[in-house]
Amino acid sequence: MGGLALRGVTKTFGDTKVIHGVDFEIKDGSFTVFVGPSGCGKSTLLRMICGLESVSDGTISIDDQVVNDVPAARRGLAMVFQSYALYPHMSVYQNMAFGLENLNTPRVEIDNRVREAARMLKLDTYLNRKPTALSGGQRQRVAIGRAIVREPKVFLFDEPLSNLDAELRVGMRAELTGLHRRLKTTIIYVTHDQVEAMTMADTIVVLRAGRVEQVGHPLELYNNPGNVFVAGFIGSPRMNLLPATIASVDGGMVTVALPGFGTFATTTQAAGHAAGESITIGIRPEHLHAQDAAGPGTLSGKVSGIEQLGGLSYIRVEAPDITVQLSGQTRLAFGEAVNIHLPPANIHVFDANGIALPRS
Amino acid sequence: MVKLLTATRGKNGWDWTDWAAHIYLVLGVVVMFGPVLWLGMSSLKSETGIQTFPPTLLPYEPSTIAIPGRGDLKAFTITAGEFAGKEMGELRRLGLQAQMIDPATPDTVRRIPVGDRTPIMRVRAAWENFTGLFTQFPFARYLWNSVFITVIATILTLLVNSMSAFALSKYKFTGRDTAFLIMLATLMIPPTIVLVPNYLIASQLGLTNSAWGVIWPAVATPTGVFMLRQYMLTLPDELIEAARMDNASEWRIYWRIVLPLSSPALAVLAIFSVMWRWNEFLWPMVVLSRSESFTLPLALNSFQGELTTQWNYLLAMTVVTLLPVSLIFLVLQKHITQGIASAGVK
Repeated sequence: MGGLALRGVTKTFGDTKVIHGVDFEIKDGSFTVFVGPSGCGKSTLLRMICGLESVSDGTISIDDQVVNDVPAARRGLAMVFQSYALYPHMSVYQNMAFGLENLNTPRVEIDNRVREAARMLKLDTYLNRKPTALSGGQRQRVAIGRAIVREPKVFLFDEPLSNLDAELRVGMRAELTGLHRRLKTTIIYVTHDQVEAMTMADTIVVLRAGRVEQVGHPLELYNNPGNVFVAGFIGSPRMNLLPATIASVDGGMVTVALPGFGTFATTTQAAGHAAGESITIGIRPEHLHAQDAAGPGTLSGKVSGIEQLGGLSYIRVEAPDITVQLSGQTRLAFGEAVNIHLPPANIHVFDANGIALPRS
Repeated sequence: MVKLLTATRGKNGWDWTDWAAHIYLVLGVVVMFGPVLWLGMSSLKSETGIQTFPPTLLPYEPSTIAIPGRGDLKAFTITAGEFAGKEMGELRRLGLQAQMIDPATPDTVRRIPVGDRTPIMRVRAAWENFTGLFTQFPFARYLWNSVFITVIATILTLLVNSMSAFALSKYKFTGRDTAFLIMLATLMIPPTIVLVPNYLIASQLGLTNSAWGVIWPAVATPTGVFMLRQYMLTLPDELIEAARMDNASEWRIYWRIVLPLSSPALAVLAIFSVMWRWNEFLWPMVVLSRSESFTLPLALNSFQGELTTQWNYLLAMTVVTLLPVSLIFLVLQKHITQGIASAGVK
């Protein structure tokens, strides 16, 4: 068991409010990722859940029990810190056993659990080493092992991969999802890297400036971002966002006008919005097509940058500033004029407040 | 070691700067270690050896010569007159003449002018200076007093100061910084000013003439708290949070995590504390008035009599007093250089 619920949780440091009333639930056994730009309060939220920071207002409950006043150690959670926070003067074995020793677990039991976790994490041969004698990836695994042996209800990870190099990070990502599959324990994972969020999570909580922007399955957030921020944050390369206005409303659907580039039909519902309103339209690079012929729903611009990745190519088009993803390799050259088609079904429309208009 | 002693600036042999540096360093060694060497050598001289003029570095003492039927007599070489070049023993000295005996003719006493002979000297270490400390004086008592006070006070100092430093560096509570500042401010009060008030307190608590009277007031040192606090500030908070998540009680966090990781700073404080307590003079002199509770510095002081001072014993005692501190410094010095904490994180 390890379900979690946050109700109206706020946090103030002195006069500064850093978390503004956060509400969401985390299902037992899920892999939830808190993602957001640095300073959005995601780490603070995690520290509040694990009990290292007090809750200013609202409640945090684990398995339907309010834990606001339960000390960190008694919440049945285990945390993996960004810096790993391994005890430098203890061996790998002692690092992993320390938590259990504090619980007066019998020595045999400690030994079994530590050795099993070490086997699972391929640390068997390093048990007598000090953390300084380990590589970054191994230290990371020791930190995870220290959490595993305690058999917690929920694992908390605070940007655990940010100190690893890119290659190792991809490997650890796979290891962590594999670990989650095997242990089936709830994991809450904090990162500023949306790729990590997309690849590992079953639920993503997008945070900005102490507020929850959207909660949902990664692809749901990708396909139907609730607002401009989520649209821009999730996905790499990021969604093209362009200022526009509502040109007209036809049969409940919005047609948008990009100043200087004509009008574009969309499949978003106009409910409550009228022509002339300023909006933002968004479209992902992979939904744009480059073509020779101009026509309805196309705009033309000049190629201002090309990135050939072999299997894919990205071109930057100038005026308006957009990125287009092309499959395969492109023959387009710098400075060449190109027509870009915007498929109506893939256009996202956000109102003046940044909220997405529903799509049909 | 050889490599270190013959280190040069570049790879092209000895530059003039190397010569200058080495000469400067050798000079430094002579200036620093000369007096120590002198003290060590002099502590091995007999009472007469110390008063010999001109002074010698090595401990010399007059040699003796065995004369059948007369025992061991002071040996002299005759420099002039009938017996020039001969070694003779002195029976007694009478004014400017001395009665001497040639070992070859032990029954004949000869009169030799004192100007015509020089004493035969030999190098001999007067270890009896050291053994005499234990047989002729209650030196073992003083040594024990000093060791007891130093060891107990150092252990308590480390314990109390590190607990205080832990709280001041890792807990957030109102008045923390004020408390720390007040503690630091006490450094500005010269110890002589609080001598009398401290004595009054000590005497009311019945601590006078007891080792505890020296130990307790010395245990809380602002310098030690400051030093340990600064070091503990460099320990990452995440380690303590990790331990807290690991169900460790605050005492266990302190004992198992913070204390071992602070060992470089603790070693420095231990050295300081040992040196302070071992050499401390003024406060023990005020608190301890009975000679059986004296520490070594007090004993050294009382040894310097008003009329006569037995320098050979005094110097031997000084050497014994210096030795433990020097040894401890040698042993713990290595420890200081080992930075443990910063390595394990990241």
